[in-house]
Amino acid sequence: MDILYLLVPLSVVLVLAITGLLAWAVSNGQFDEIEREGQRILLDDTEP
Amino acid sequence: MRTEIRSDAATYNDTVVRQFAIMTIVWGVVGMLVGVVIAAQLAFPALNFDLPWLSYGRLRPLHTNSVIFAFGGCALFATSYYAVQRTCQTRLFAGPLATFTFWGWQAVIVAAAISLPLGYTSGKEYAELEWPIDILITLVWVSYAVVFFGTLFTRKVRHIYVANWFFGAFILTVALLHVVNSAAIPAGPMKSYSVYAGVQDAMVQWWYGHNAVGFFLTAGFLGMMYYFVPKQIGRPVYSYRLSIVHFWALIFTYMWAGPHHLHYTALPDWAQSLGMVFSLILLAPSWGGMINGVMTLSGAWHKLREDPILRFMIVSLSFYGMSTFEGPMMAIKTVNALSHYTDWTIGHVHSGALGWVGLISMGSLYYLIPRLFGRDTMYSVRAIEIHFWVATIGIVLYAVSMWVSGVTQGLMWRSVEPDGTLTYSFVESVKASYPYYYVRLIGGLLYLTGMVIMAWNVAMTVTGGKPVAVPVLRAPAHA
Repeated sequence: MDILYLLVPLSVVLVLAITGLLAWAVSNGQFDEIEREGQRILLDDTEP
Repeated sequence: MRTEIRSDAATYNDTVVRQFAIMTIVWGVVGMLVGVVIAAQLAFPALNFDLPWLSYGRLRPLHTNSVIFAFGGCALFATSYYAVQRTCQTRLFAGPLATFTFWGWQAVIVAAAISLPLGYTSGKEYAELEWPIDILITLVWVSYAVVFFGTLFTRKVRHIYVANWFFGAFILTVALLHVVNSAAIPAGPMKSYSVYAGVQDAMVQWWYGHNAVGFFLTAGFLGMMYYFVPKQIGRPVYSYRLSIVHFWALIFTYMWAGPHHLHYTALPDWAQSLGMVFSLILLAPSWGGMINGVMTLSGAWHKLREDPILRFMIVSLSFYGMSTFEGPMMAIKTVNALSHYTDWTIGHVHSGALGWVGLISMGSLYYLIPRLFGRDTMYSVRAIEIHFWVATIGIVLYAVSMWVSGVTQGLMWRSVEPDGTLTYSFVESVKASYPYYYVRLIGGLLYLTGMVIMAWNVAMTVTGGKPVAVPVLRAPAHA
């Protein structure tokens, strides 16, 4: 099952990448005032 | 809190959205028609006509490819291009490249529709297309990523809306899955050999296969759900916080669940158990998301009575909940011992595909089409209503018949006499499945009928309207 030596590390690298992305999102303030952001999409109607 | 519109502003690139939206309908009818044909072939084998090009073995991958990648793919392109522009308040990045994704993707679909009936296949489920087509897929997909992430990086609002996280994860993961799983050594213009062999190949294949379900058929369509359900209801998602948790929990766990497709095979036991445990964990984020979507309606339940589009969306979420409960159950080894290789799996896949993926796409398109062509509503709201009921009854007939057939097959295969011999021969289980194949055919026919009604309704809406240019919303001043 040599393939697991590729797939398991690959998945671990992905988890690390996702963790990094989550850390960026949190420190970037993406999730501050979180409920207000859910409202915003309703304001983008620009139908003529 | 009125947001003003600049009169001289740039407009959204909705041309490519319109193109993909229309082709979603076209490929939906084609793919489902092929599905009905192969369902009929299982019920009436004479319908293979002894012609290789029309045989079940060649038409089945044509069905899966056309419903997943042609119908589902076009729906994802259309909705992600539409939503990412609105939520980022900017025009699509690299317009010509977006146009290339449309024509390139259609070329892939046509190449599949020709090569699969001719018998060209790499033999990998849901990745049957031969290497030249695989290369074209890669080019289109990289362009898609450039367009999507380019738009995201040039956004005028600081926050990245949750739907974009789902769309982004879907695009990146599908790129990775496609490249790793389709790695092959060409042995001719339409022939190649996988770089992996034996059980290694099986593991890569189901790492791909399961994550294709997880990221193509789940994450992508969840992005659709998180944009179009709140828009159709006119309320923000029930808990925006929960939607963020849903996203991160889902992408952290999905990648590990693939081995449940290989229970009781040559795959090491620990890898099977790992796959089973992660599959069970997946139930939590999936149901969190399902409840979040449905509860967006809380306080406005009456809309469900009046709005058939909303009914598509909410019933689709119910099917998402049902199949994400059924999936983890089927991943339990002892349950899998009964369900694996039987029609139960087909029933499970179709409750997810027809129920979740199909209905959410149709609901979102019913929202999109009138807006893209300058109409207030679809040509016939009554037809949406009829489509909903025809499709729902079709799904129920399909899923229930396959459950019963699957459990019957599983029980017959495992039944042994006191002396250790099998009670039934395989062909007896095939014979026992026939009644359910007729019911499945009726279910599929109903679902296809719904799709044809939709195609008519869309054609009438489009011919009575005209493409409209929607100005980009000016980014509001915000902290």
